[in-house]
Amino acid sequence: MRDHRTRDPKPERDAAASRPAGESSPFWRSLDELAGSDAFLDTLEREFPRQAVPLGEGVDRRRFLQLMGGSLALGGLGACTRQPLETIVPYVRQPEEIVPGKPLYFATAATLGGYATGVLVESHMGRPTKIEGNPQHPASLGATDVLTQASVLDLYDPHRSQAVRHLGRIRTWSAFVDSLATALGAQEGTAGAGLRILTETVTSPTLAAQMDAVRQRFSRARWVQYDPAGRHLARAGARAAFGSWAEVHYDLSRARVILALDCDLLAGEPGSVRYARQFAQWRRVWERREMNRLYAVESTPTPTGTLADHRLRLRPERIEALALALAAEMGLGATPPAGLDRQLGTWARAVAQDLLRHPGESLVVAGEWTSPELHVLAHAMNQRLGNFGSTVHATAPVAAAPSDQIADLAALADDLRQGRVEVLLILGGNPVYDAPADLGFADALRHEEARLRIHYGLVENETSAYCHWHIPATHYLEAWGDARAFDGTVTIQQPLIEPLYGSRSPHELLAIVEGRPGALGYDIVREHWLPQLGSEAAWRRALHEGTVPDTALPAAGAAAGGAVAAAVQRLSERVASPAAEYTLLFRPDPTLWDGRFAGNAWLQECPKPFTKLTWDNALLVSPATARQLGIDEQRTGRNRDRHPMVRVTVGASYLEVPVWITPGQADGAVTLHLGHGRTRGGPVAEGHGFDAYRLRTRQGLWQQRGVSLQPTGEAYALASTQGHFSMENRHLVREATVAEYADNPGFVHAHVHAPDEEMTLYPKWEYAGYAWGMGIDLSSCTGCNACVVACQSENNIAVVGKEQVLAGREMHWLRIDQYFKGPSADEPEGVYNQPVPCMHCETAPCEVVCPVAATVHSDEGLNDMVYNRCVGTRYCSNNCPYKVRRFNFYKFSDWQTESLKLQRNPDVSVRFRGVMEKCTYCVQRINHARIAAGREDRSIADGEIQTACQQACPTGAIVFGDINDASTEVARWKAQPLDYGLLEDVNTRPRTTYMGRIRNPNPELEA
Amino acid sequence: MSQIFHPSTNTISRVSIFGAIFFVAFGVWLAAALDRSAPVTRENVVFEQPIKFSHDHHVGEVGIDCRYCHTSVETSSFAGIPPTTTCMNCHSQLFADAPMLEPVLESFRSGKPLSWTRVYDLPDFVYFDHSIHVAKGIGCTTCHGEIDAMPLTTKAVSLKMEWCLACHRDPARFVRPRSEVFNVAWNPATLSRQQRAALVQEYGIQSKTSCSICHR
Repeated sequence: MRDHRTRDPKPERDAAASRPAGESSPFWRSLDELAGSDAFLDTLEREFPRQAVPLGEGVDRRRFLQLMGGSLALGGLGACTRQPLETIVPYVRQPEEIVPGKPLYFATAATLGGYATGVLVESHMGRPTKIEGNPQHPASLGATDVLTQASVLDLYDPHRSQAVRHLGRIRTWSAFVDSLATALGAQEGTAGAGLRILTETVTSPTLAAQMDAVRQRFSRARWVQYDPAGRHLARAGARAAFGSWAEVHYDLSRARVILALDCDLLAGEPGSVRYARQFAQWRRVWERREMNRLYAVESTPTPTGTLADHRLRLRPERIEALALALAAEMGLGATPPAGLDRQLGTWARAVAQDLLRHPGESLVVAGEWTSPELHVLAHAMNQRLGNFGSTVHATAPVAAAPSDQIADLAALADDLRQGRVEVLLILGGNPVYDAPADLGFADALRHEEARLRIHYGLVENETSAYCHWHIPATHYLEAWGDARAFDGTVTIQQPLIEPLYGSRSPHELLAIVEGRPGALGYDIVREHWLPQLGSEAAWRRALHEGTVPDTALPAAGAAAGGAVAAAVQRLSERVASPAAEYTLLFRPDPTLWDGRFAGNAWLQECPKPFTKLTWDNALLVSPATARQLGIDEQRTGRNRDRHPMVRVTVGASYLEVPVWITPGQADGAVTLHLGHGRTRGGPVAEGHGFDAYRLRTRQGLWQQRGVSLQPTGEAYALASTQGHFSMENRHLVREATVAEYADNPGFVHAHVHAPDEEMTLYPKWEYAGYAWGMGIDLSSCTGCNACVVACQSENNIAVVGKEQVLAGREMHWLRIDQYFKGPSADEPEGVYNQPVPCMHCETAPCEVVCPVAATVHSDEGLNDMVYNRCVGTRYCSNNCPYKVRRFNFYKFSDWQTESLKLQRNPDVSVRFRGVMEKCTYCVQRINHARIAAGREDRSIADGEIQTACQQACPTGAIVFGDINDASTEVARWKAQPLDYGLLEDVNTRPRTTYMGRIRNPNPELEA
Repeated sequence: MSQIFHPSTNTISRVSIFGAIFFVAFGVWLAAALDRSAPVTRENVVFEQPIKFSHDHHVGEVGIDCRYCHTSVETSSFAGIPPTTTCMNCHSQLFADAPMLEPVLESFRSGKPLSWTRVYDLPDFVYFDHSIHVAKGIGCTTCHGEIDAMPLTTKAVSLKMEWCLACHRDPARFVRPRSEVFNVAWNPATLSRQQRAALVQEYGIQSKTSCSICHR
């Protein structure tokens, strides 16, 4: 069977010919599109790339009709099942607060690298189903990042470890307690000289207090903390600058000029969700009339860089040179490095002047991946600019026991090798997989003196294979605990559900080491806080609010002074030394982080910013570097998804990885994301991507200078969604500078012919009641993906797997299109994120072509999709100009796995094979609000309905509401001249519209 | 060579052509009628239940309000099936040793819940909400029939979509004063069509028939 659409047998057409006459757009999504290659044209012609899977050779028309007739008859009969009888099981004693059919929300906190984000968790009859941000929590302000959104799936992961195991065999908890107690008893004689406890970064005050108690009992025991993607260099930098361990956090609500030095300020820092919200408030130029300015210097593209008014792509070595030049301009005792090219010098001068013009209202931030010296310099610049106390706050450390984690881990490895460790308790983490390769940690762990090695974790991973005991851990939604946010604010974590597999919390495990086995997590946490809170009422209030009052760490008066000269000296020396040809950069994966989320299918399939890769990582190289390597012909062979492999060699180790050519990457710097290539940890985690940790060493935590790259001639299939669902770039992104906007506020409508409202064959319809609409602000979307996963979690959207993504069948209702601008792939002039949900067109082209009326319009302007009517003709998707409809080619939803059923939102149908689906504007939330308002005889208030994407968005780039009421926020947005719809010229009258992107470039650099 | 068919066969062929049309039409009618028939819709069908619970006794004779057991009917989509403890409020004293009540006592003693067979069972792709219907003046008996006269609970209506739409298209046919929603003895004939149309106005009842109102 050939694809039924007509295809040109010889696709020898140029890119311009496939676009409407007279249009040419400077924007492009993929390199294929920029080049107008055959592969791109091929994709354009098909709605789903390669969607019609050929039946194989030798199937003729007659056989096809036979098969089709047979399946039609069988399909018809299959529908004739009788509705099965169902049961209702009421409570025996109904808990007071539970009303069947109504969800409850509980405040708790999710942590990453120890830092807490306050969340409100939706619970249906005791099942946590959806994570929302806690509006009263300083790190959340009501929003969440993508990892927190997805964390609920980890709770129900069917591959979680479910039993205590000893050497692989299931044992009882009490057998483990006995074994540990015996070993600890033996340690008492030596005051715990052979006892080591390895944890991730701990911010929990309760756990820290327990650790103190452990040290009371075993004074010679050692506690080691290790987070592979932790803030090692930022901590070292702050320590050097302030003379003691310190934490720095920022207030972007006061910052008018921001310089980010290789820092993902808006999506990768502990306070990023808050920073993004504060930042975005400065980008709504139509509300605020003034705008902040962001300069970003980075080696590998980040979400922060996409919003920068000036983005500079530089290798890390040259970022340090630029920082020195900046420091010189600011009079910090540095001299601009010799050999700094003029362009960079001009840039540094202009940026320094701009910063100096805004004392106390500017901000310089250095990213975790930059050297401690650069952090020192950034702190000194903020000091010079008078930003401390205004946009920058230095406090005591958030970590309970800050330490040089890398040195501590190295000491632990050494102790293991020397046979000084007898009992090793690994509380979380996965050091066998993620410790620096030069430590040989796995090898050290095998040492026979370490007679009792215990691994405590959510899944049996690489590390459990090296331990005697594996103890299943509790998920944060299952256990009592506490954690600090980026500013120190404490949240008491309360469980929403009993541990699914009877696991114990880290507090309960540590209580055994303290010498009080059997203590309950609830009692441990409560005993710690009750004296400080003073009363039962205060305890209850702290649980309810999700924050413990007055626990934010006070600002320290410390000044960043002393270390500047030394840092400048070190940086100058480094900058003067000759640069190696290639520098390898490590970064936490945007969705898998350090590998801990590798078993989370939502995150595996979430298209990563810039590459839109799913289920894999790749070596990101710039187009120029690819040319240098001779692999710029991106695709190999007949299959356009196959990408060339290179061998990356660091010292004696090497890794063969596929290459992804990334516009915006610095030349000579190549990036590899951590967290992939797992060998143990469940079928979702295993076998996807390439393990970057094999190349990571203590000295090269984030950058490894002097690596060699060698194309191998092999190729590897990468599933990227970058080219999927293309709208052929018909003036989709519209942008201007703030000056151009001031001259012509309606610039978005220039050159676009929107047809007259009357020019339609549809009957005229008055929307008398509510008319739902959505506005999306392109000036503040960072492309962080929080909305994509929030939508997946809210709407029971299935995961399809790599093979199906390769076939263009991913099911995300909301996609984020990423556009680059300019004629050159080497030097894109800008990067633009455009979230695309269903447009809910008033004159929807999908509706008229449905033969069974499965997609129809509601009287409030929703484009309804009725699953139970859909017969799967896919005509609607064919006719959708925005390509937002998704088809269940197979039974993608998991109808078998019991644990996954618990996660599902009971207010949304789980779809079956052969059914079309798409964004509904979260119609279940609209209906709930309508019913609540109807019960009280009032109308729905503005802000009462938040779609899942809107609620999760850190920057608040999405608004939703009734466009018939001029007082709603969405109506105010849509009344702005900046508001435009996609493909307005086809007169679909979309209800989802966009606010054009406004940039605020520095006039001195514009020339 | 003689004709194969006698002229009289013309009549047979005419009859069979017309007959086929009637036959197909009859088939369609039969399928539609079957689909609406009680055995298929399970109207008036008594299901096996753990206890022979009688609404006739509890509502009709004793006069217990619907909301005493179905507590969440005014606040939630689900009206609520009473927990065992609700039964025990009375039955710890009344008929406490009746053999018929043994499953309730057993549930109370063991903490193992009762398991009822759903009588009103909408397909999983339909999202019905009790609270809004009750708030807008749709009485219990409008859908649940003469529940106060049912010794064993059965479905009184078909729950076909056309049945839902009959009311959604013309709510004035079924609306009653809010004060009478839980009155099982209320007689619809006490209000004229105009009076009911006035109630539709007063309660702000929207005639909602968009698909996404119930399907999502």
